[in-house]
Amino acid sequence: MIAQILVDGITSGAMIGLGAIGLTLTYGLLRFANFAHGEFATWGAYLALLVAGAIGPADPLGPLTFGWPLLAALAASMVLTALLAAALDGVLFRRLRRHGSAITLVIASFGASLALRSALEFGFGPQPWYYTRDIAMTVRLGPGMRATWDQLAVLGLAIVLMLAMHLLMTRTPLGRAMRAVSENPDLARLAGIDPARIVRVTWLLGGALAASAGVFLGVTVQLRPSMGFELLLPLFAAAILGGIGSVPGAMLGGLIIGIAEAASVPLAGAQYRAAVAFVVMLAMLLVRPSGLFGGRGG
Amino acid sequence: MSGLASYACFFFTVALTYGVATLGLNLQWGSAGLFNVGVAGFAAVGAYAAAWLTAAPAAGHWGGFQLPIALGWIGAMAAAALAAAILGAITLRLRADYLAITTFGAAVTIELVALNAQTLTGGPFGIAFIPKPFEALADRPLAFGAANLALVAAVAALAYWALERLTGSPWGRVLRALREDEAAAASLGKAPDAFRLQAFVIGAALIGLAGAMQAQFFGFIAPDNYLPVLTFQVWVMLVVGGSGNNRGALLGALAVWALWSFSGTALAALLPGTLQARGAALRVVAIGVVLAGVLLLRPRGLIGERATVSRHISG
Amino acid sequence: MLDLSGVSRRFGGARAVDGVSLAIAADGITGLIGPNGAGKSTLFNLIAGSLALSEGRIRFGAADLSHAPAHRRLAAGIGRTFQIPRPFAAMTVLENVLLAAQRQTGERPFANWLTPGAVARQERRNIAQAREIIDFLALARLAGAPAATLSGGQRKLLELARVLMAAPRLILLDEPAAGVNPSLLETIIDRIRTLHGRGIGFLIVEHNLDLIARLCSTVHVMAGGRLLASGTPQAVTADPRVIDAYLGGAA
Ligand SMILES: Nc1ncnc2c1ncn2[C@@H]1O[C@H](COP(=O)(O)OP(=O)(O)OP(=O)(O)O)[C@@H](O)[C@H]1O
Ligand SMILES: [Mg+2]
Repeated sequence: MIAQILVDGITSGAMIGLGAIGLTLTYGLLRFANFAHGEFATWGAYLALLVAGAIGPADPLGPLTFGWPLLAALAASMVLTALLAAALDGVLFRRLRRHGSAITLVIASFGASLALRSALEFGFGPQPWYYTRDIAMTVRLGPGMRATWDQLAVLGLAIVLMLAMHLLMTRTPLGRAMRAVSENPDLARLAGIDPARIVRVTWLLGGALAASAGVFLGVTVQLRPSMGFELLLPLFAAAILGGIGSVPGAMLGGLIIGIAEAASVPLAGAQYRAAVAFVVMLAMLLVRPSGLFGGRGG
Repeated sequence: MSGLASYACFFFTVALTYGVATLGLNLQWGSAGLFNVGVAGFAAVGAYAAAWLTAAPAAGHWGGFQLPIALGWIGAMAAAALAAAILGAITLRLRADYLAITTFGAAVTIELVALNAQTLTGGPFGIAFIPKPFEALADRPLAFGAANLALVAAVAALAYWALERLTGSPWGRVLRALREDEAAAASLGKAPDAFRLQAFVIGAALIGLAGAMQAQFFGFIAPDNYLPVLTFQVWVMLVVGGSGNNRGALLGALAVWALWSFSGTALAALLPGTLQARGAALRVVAIGVVLAGVLLLRPRGLIGERATVSRHISG
Repeated sequence: MLDLSGVSRRFGGARAVDGVSLAIAADGITGLIGPNGAGKSTLFNLIAGSLALSEGRIRFGAADLSHAPAHRRLAAGIGRTFQIPRPFAAMTVLENVLLAAQRQTGERPFANWLTPGAVARQERRNIAQAREIIDFLALARLAGAPAATLSGGQRKLLELARVLMAAPRLILLDEPAAGVNPSLLETIIDRIRTLHGRGIGFLIVEHNLDLIARLCSTVHVMAGGRLLASGTPQAVTADPRVIDAYLGGAA
């Protein structure tokens, strides 16, 4: 039972963590809470559905329910969603940043979120979609511990993406520049870093990672227009838990939220799952508003 | 002809309930700079409280106290105020955008409770047969509509008057000072969190009242009425009307509700039957674009913030 | 009596104020001088509660203010001005001063609906008092002007007017003479004397030693975050350690 909670919690926690990385980065860099971030996950999932559909069917890979077309679609959708995120910044947020306050940006992002989601709902309808209708095969990992092969594959891919992100942030000049701008934009500019470029890169990365979270959610659950919006509260909770601006914090926060959600199911029932993130977040704000990894909250 | 008149009554009645919610949000955001993304949640708290207090007992849900409607509305304000006080006490001392996130989380949680706590709220079926004001007139649509309109107009006027009083008062002066320079105001003995909490709670009470009035005019509530799109509508009303201005808040509510109703009718007429169900989604896209446009092109709204001077100085 | 014992404040590793212990008479005029960056304003911010203490204790009379929030210190009797004036720019001069009145009935939301008469009466009394203070500080001409339009020297006066309206027992003035023209400076010195005659105490940070010599009975000297010397203005300015600190600070 406990073991099963861990398996479920870790898989969904990995997806929350992936989505929260982009959220915490834009939050730390631009100092505003982007309510449209969840929609990047939704759009990522649906864009992958379109691409995979265009490629056509293929044999599933081993025990998985999907084949190589979905992997290609994942890559394509990450690129497309990254462009969508950068475009949203260019059309809306960048202009508002120039004269509006941070809070005007939050309102605008709330509006963008509803518009993006409703546009998808108009296009695809409110009913759920699936990448395939195949039944997912499960494996026994230990006593009382089962996972689908899909879950394991998604978890593996998520870990690879997180590791890549971590290396990017710590080992490359680009990552160092991103952290420099986030900590002190003026100083970074003096050091010859172009903040506008860093902002663009942050949107691209955040959008791409959110898209991957959306595709993974689509593989393991289903696609619905509200999937990303429902992910938003866990994403914020993970970002606050880990400390705004901290990439490892977002991953750890995602994991904690995922496990807390899974653990709540036997206690309160699946229907209150989304409230768990809220409760964990409130508790964190009461005890340590700056998050586990410092950050700049409070 | 009389059909058109009763429709007009209904239209303005609903628009004015939104107006009261927008006034509440304007106190929170326009005066105190508090970013509430949980408008729908506070409206839901008010609506359910009023329904429990005034409706007849029913098997599907809790409540059934059959109190007078006026008491139901007061109870609704108290319930929403209490919810705001609890949430505000935790989050108002934190940075501004954390309030946005927590109010959003509270609204999502409230919607979940409304949907799943069947024995309390009636679950997805909601609560029906909520008594309407002037039920005795129900067989004369025009008189019924006019009486309801007069009632909500009186409430909106009272709320407007009360808020104008507040913004021109020493209390409103402190809020303006806090928005300009919190450290300076604190050095003059003003407790920032206390004033902000008061603004948040009073604003939430008005939003709860708006929720209660809508419940009572429609006679029926369900969790579907309190989705984030409601929060968004009220925000658009405030932004379009011009935040920081009570008259703007009312005007924005009227304008956006007109746009919303008209676009609904237009989409119903224009879209082929197969797409009708999705038309609602298109409406949200349209209103989102309107918001973005107003923020970009006319950030101060239709009217814009009015310079407030304390009442007794000019008078 | 304002009592500081072992008061310290760190910024990162640097100690801006480092173990300062002082006793300041609540009804005197005390000077606080020292070279740029000595930690004078930081000490002010600690006393006024705008910054949190890293170590030490602050007491005023019987009250322990060490961890009281900024807005409580005025009720305890301590008011302050800022080195760089912080008027509420969108409000008029009169409103700036009115705001500072303490214990206003009209600051309770319900009073404005339930007892508007009482609020209006008190507000009229406050307006009369605010106008007196504004007159006293030679700002009468500007009472209705937005604070944003004031000159640097006028802003200094507005800071003083505001804190006077709050009627504290001890006022902390951070560089009241900086950027003020000579005739305005005489007004300020004269007003501080008059107010002192009415029983209000002052703690004044100032680089203008002439002003310090004319007003203060006691002067404390800070350098590098520490208390360096205390005494009469004459004794202190003749102290070789003080001369050293100023020259060292200038070099
Ligand atoms: N918020 C802060 N963060 C970091 N360092 C600070 C901060 N405030 C002051 N300092 C540092 O503390 C030291 C003391 O500054 P403070 O403003 O108290 O000096 P001062 O004596 O008032 O100088 P001046 O006469 O120039 O006004 C300085 O080295 C300053 O750089
Ligand atoms: Mg200084």
